[in-house]
Amino acid sequence: MIYFEQLAYLFAATMFIMGLKYLGSAKTARKGNLYAMFGMTLAVAITLLISGIIGPAQMIIGMIVGSLIGAVVAKKIEMTSMPQMVALFNGFGGIASTLVAFSEYMEPSTLPVTMDVQITIVLSLFIGTITFTGSLIAFAKLQGLMPGRPIVLPLHQILNIVLLLATVVFGVLNVVEPSLPLWPLLIILVAAIFGITFVIPIGGADMPVVIALLNSYSGLAASATGFVLHNNVLIISGALVGASGIILSQLMCEAMNRSLFNVLFGAVGTDDSSGNAGTGGGEQKTVTRYTAEDAAMIMDTVQSVIIVPGYGLAVAQAQHVLHEMGELLMAKGIDVKYAIHPVAGRMPGHMNVLLAEANVPYDMLYEMDDINDDFQNTDVALIIGANDVVNPAARTKKDSPLYGMPILNVDYARTVMFVKRSMGAGFAGEANPLFFDDKTMMVFGDAKAVVTGLVKSLKEE
Amino acid sequence: MESLIVSIYVFTLAVFIGFELITKVPPLLHTPLMSGSNAISGITVVGALLAANANNWAMSTILGILAIVFAMINVVGGFMVTDRMLAMFKKDKKTEKGA
Repeated sequence: MIYFEQLAYLFAATMFIMGLKYLGSAKTARKGNLYAMFGMTLAVAITLLISGIIGPAQMIIGMIVGSLIGAVVAKKIEMTSMPQMVALFNGFGGIASTLVAFSEYMEPSTLPVTMDVQITIVLSLFIGTITFTGSLIAFAKLQGLMPGRPIVLPLHQILNIVLLLATVVFGVLNVVEPSLPLWPLLIILVAAIFGITFVIPIGGADMPVVIALLNSYSGLAASATGFVLHNNVLIISGALVGASGIILSQLMCEAMNRSLFNVLFGAVGTDDSSGNAGTGGGEQKTVTRYTAEDAAMIMDTVQSVIIVPGYGLAVAQAQHVLHEMGELLMAKGIDVKYAIHPVAGRMPGHMNVLLAEANVPYDMLYEMDDINDDFQNTDVALIIGANDVVNPAARTKKDSPLYGMPILNVDYARTVMFVKRSMGAGFAGEANPLFFDDKTMMVFGDAKAVVTGLVKSLKEE
Repeated sequence: MESLIVSIYVFTLAVFIGFELITKVPPLLHTPLMSGSNAISGITVVGALLAANANNWAMSTILGILAIVFAMINVVGGFMVTDRMLAMFKKDKKTEKGA
């Protein structure tokens, strides 16, 4: 029986690996998700089977309650709110690991409890709880329940170090004197505080990195629980997720030209609660203001347009009307492409999902490296609700916080159009010299209103 | 201690497989990747089921049940929302793309 069970778990783990492999291409991705789903169903079924056919009723009730909540959230959630949802779910994964580890501490499944089990219980409690409280803070920041700006306490880093040291001390005490439930409770308490102090100094604009990192932690927490229970399917699945989160947070850091250390401990990420609201006007240099009609008139005469969407587009809910505009341009024989910067949304890949939801075919969405050479042969670069990711200061201005960040080469296009609410600088606070360029047209206004105006004018012509 | 070593082996190799697989996922699919891997980390439900499997209402059982609820939210919510997103990704039905 034990072999059968282990083989079934191995098969489930293989399904997860296959699932992630199929996620490597948009054509097979859905199938990959189904593979992973199948693996999970199998793992759960086997566990129920070994615990006595169907097991006690409370297990089933727990599963039904959790499934219903999960299903409702998955159905209802807006695509713009995906970062919050993933943050919250990361937290749930973390707390589940903490609960399992604590339950195992109170009633060990194998006796005697060896030292390595005690150590891994400490790890599991610690990582799981950090993931939980850290994710709740990330959720609150993204949902606007608390300010997105960095919150730095006095002696913040010293506090963090003290908390870490306290964890190590309590962890050692727990291994030395495992009979006292005080230690694991103290570890949970310290980890809970650490999760909070770990995320509050990180600004809203850096949240993509944090969500990816917490994603990784939720995986590591599952792995740690696997160590506690000597269960390989938990270890493997957790390790896969852990690796995934680390890679994504690294990619996000590269796209923002920051080190992970700088994101976590630098506290320079700024408030982004209102898209690109920035500081408003007040610029001395003059820019040329145009209306949506002017922009439509130009676009009617060109051959190629590259659209650069930023988060301001999603804030204004203008994805759908943007797609309509894209279709209109294509109907006129104009070549239309979308250029997606890695940090265009609020989590890795977010902008792609938002545009896919608006029915933009995914083969029109181009990654930065694939499209950057095309701008020089393009008539119009239309930037909607983005700023920092197209700011040429990143190439030249050495003292700028943006310096070195990879940007979309929109300034190489023949005409540059910005649709923006104001002259405000981006999150980085760096003025964009491109606004004042002769070939730049500034169209001020809400993204949705402007693009709707564009569609209207394009239809008339 | 020997089982710990085996566990470390398994963990290390799985991390390498993870790195190999994830680096091949295009940025286009990074959000579904995150929600999908999120669902996979809900595998903790297996541990939760084992913890909750007792015919008593001891503290450990109650913690296990709570863990089942949280992990199942993660699993079902994660997989469903991933499928919902992936269903949106469509290729251009028209062959003529631009001029």
